[in-house]
Amino acid sequence: MIHIFFYLTLALYSCATLAYLAFIIRTTSGLGLWANRFALAGFTSHLLSTIHRFSSSGHLPITNMHESLSFFALSIVGSYLLFERKYKATILGAFIIPIALILVISSSAFPTAIRELNPALKSNWLGIHTIMAFVSYAMFTIAFGAAVAYLIQQYFLKKKRLGALFQKLPSLNTLDDISYRCLTIGFPLLTLAIISGAIWAEKAWGTYWSWDPKETWSLITWFIFAALLHSRLTTGWRGQRASLLTIAGFLIMLFTFIGVNLWLPGLHAYK
Amino acid sequence: MNIIVVGLSHKTATVGIREKVAFSANQIEKPLKELLELEGIIEGVIVSTCNRVEIYATTRDIAGGIARIKRFMAEYHHLAFADLEPHLYNYHAESAIRHVFRVASSLDSMVVGEPQILGQIKTSYGYAAEYKSSGIILNRFLHKAFSVAKRVRTETKIASSAVSVAFAAVELAKKILGDLSDKIVMLIGAGEMCELAAKHFLNSGAKGVMVTNRTFERAERLAEEFGGEAVRFEELFDHLHRADIVLSSTGAPHCIIGPKDAEEVIKRRRFKPVFFIDIAVPRDIDPKVDDVENAYLFTVDHLQEIVQTNLAQRSLEAEKAEEIVTQEIGQFHKWLSTLEVTPTIVALRSHFDEIRRAELDKTISAWKELPPGAEKRLEGLTMAIMNKLLHAPTSLLKQAGQGGRVDLYVDAVRQLFDLESPLHDTEELELEE
Repeated sequence: MIHIFFYLTLALYSCATLAYLAFIIRTTSGLGLWANRFALAGFTSHLLSTIHRFSSSGHLPITNMHESLSFFALSIVGSYLLFERKYKATILGAFIIPIALILVISSSAFPTAIRELNPALKSNWLGIHTIMAFVSYAMFTIAFGAAVAYLIQQYFLKKKRLGALFQKLPSLNTLDDISYRCLTIGFPLLTLAIISGAIWAEKAWGTYWSWDPKETWSLITWFIFAALLHSRLTTGWRGQRASLLTIAGFLIMLFTFIGVNLWLPGLHAYK
Repeated sequence: MNIIVVGLSHKTATVGIREKVAFSANQIEKPLKELLELEGIIEGVIVSTCNRVEIYATTRDIAGGIARIKRFMAEYHHLAFADLEPHLYNYHAESAIRHVFRVASSLDSMVVGEPQILGQIKTSYGYAAEYKSSGIILNRFLHKAFSVAKRVRTETKIASSAVSVAFAAVELAKKILGDLSDKIVMLIGAGEMCELAAKHFLNSGAKGVMVTNRTFERAERLAEEFGGEAVRFEELFDHLHRADIVLSSTGAPHCIIGPKDAEEVIKRRRFKPVFFIDIAVPRDIDPKVDDVENAYLFTVDHLQEIVQTNLAQRSLEAEKAEEIVTQEIGQFHKWLSTLEVTPTIVALRSHFDEIRRAELDKTISAWKELPPGAEKRLEGLTMAIMNKLLHAPTSLLKQAGQGGRVDLYVDAVRQLFDLESPLHDTEELELEE
């Protein structure tokens, strides 16, 4: 059963998406304000919906596809709202909020029945491991949005097509900052998520690492972002190459998160 | 009471004529005084800039006021009236309000959206206020013009995009590099546009300037002017990586910076982007530099295109601005019309009351033996008659304030009952906001 707040969230995110997309076309501060308000309202409603789910099921709402996708979207919107406040780059919402909306819509397509938590999963580690993973995913999503915007701006600058969209998008520098900031928050979180997962696995099943598809693909994701961060810190790699790698990292991460759960069997599969 | 405008601008007179009619700022007191001494002119403001000379005034006699101001302008500057008159335009009532709102919003300027005119009008108004040549109406009018100008500037993009190559370069730099306060500009060579652009960058907060030139002395001189650093031309590539923005304008017949150099520079800068601006003809910077990742190369032609686009956009924004002006005119005009209603009603009432009181006193003092309570009764009687008589004209005046022909009614009442004009004595006037 889907709670009323969930439907409210869907409606508010839809309004926010429309507002942000309209904002790209007509960049008035009024529209920007409304887009932000819708997103904030949607987030609040989403949070309440999640809390409600938490209290009625007795465990963290990440035990099936429906809950995971929803929680992912929640992390994305929450993180995005913080970034929007800091960087005042409202227009990025048009890149990010639609992703959250798609996630929430997809989540409603999956069975929503509350299930008993597998006793092996009843542990404090569940919260630590999963929340850190989700927030890191949210960071990589925002980095993805900024990277796409960066490539668009770069295209305009190289082709000397400095039209309306070019004027509205933030500067290359800002987009690069946002991407980098996301990386510096997301990467450590992902590292801790993997480590905490390993520690927990040892406690629950006796081995730190079992090459479960989720573990494997998380490691792949981790390596991509590690490479990105490393080359940024050493040779100062930034710009087109970094943006492309960020996008690749995001897609791998998406597969790690969703693809693995849906298609590959293993510990993390939702049965 | 009406507002009138008389003047000329770059649209109706060449600079040769304009300079003959200009009023100098430090001798504005005398013409303002003479302006007020003209018959029928009650308030006055003189605005004199290099592109326009205008006089704003309030009067009851529109045609006469305009004619007298025209003559005043000619006589004050010792010009033949027939020579000056063809260049003068005049406005009154609503068109005067529209004109001044437009001028203040820079819609009548040579370059629409220019920022100077607002400050110039404010200064002129300051003088008028100081010498008390402006009164309630022009004070309120010009304050309103200032707020309309502000609305136009904030609600439209009329003044926000670059319409000169140098400004366009700065705006573009901000789009690539973000905040300019920690960015360094390198000037290669010299030249008017180059130096102008460098000045704009410094004004926009750029951290510093490096100058290089085949002639080191020239580089030193320029560096000193900008408070920057001079670099020997042979050492250009030792220092190039320190620059975030490179302005190049040498007379060299071939390119001095090629793609390999750009790649080196970018790598040395740990891939921080560089904005190259090539002003030279023939070009100083190989076009292939633009293909280098994180190097962004623009020529003057590119910047010119940006300026053209912005100019076209400004005229679109100007349309929005005209709409804002139209909105505001309605409001102000209404205020102006109703300005005299309340004082007129008050004056009418007090006129009636004076007569009532005088006659009542006469009657009472002539009466030998007043019955008890008679005085009160008589007071009541006369008040009732007066109130009933006043009721219709008072409500009509108040209602007319909402509709149109207020001037007509106010003038009629004042003339019919021979009332003093309240606007001569500013203390009597109560302003309803």
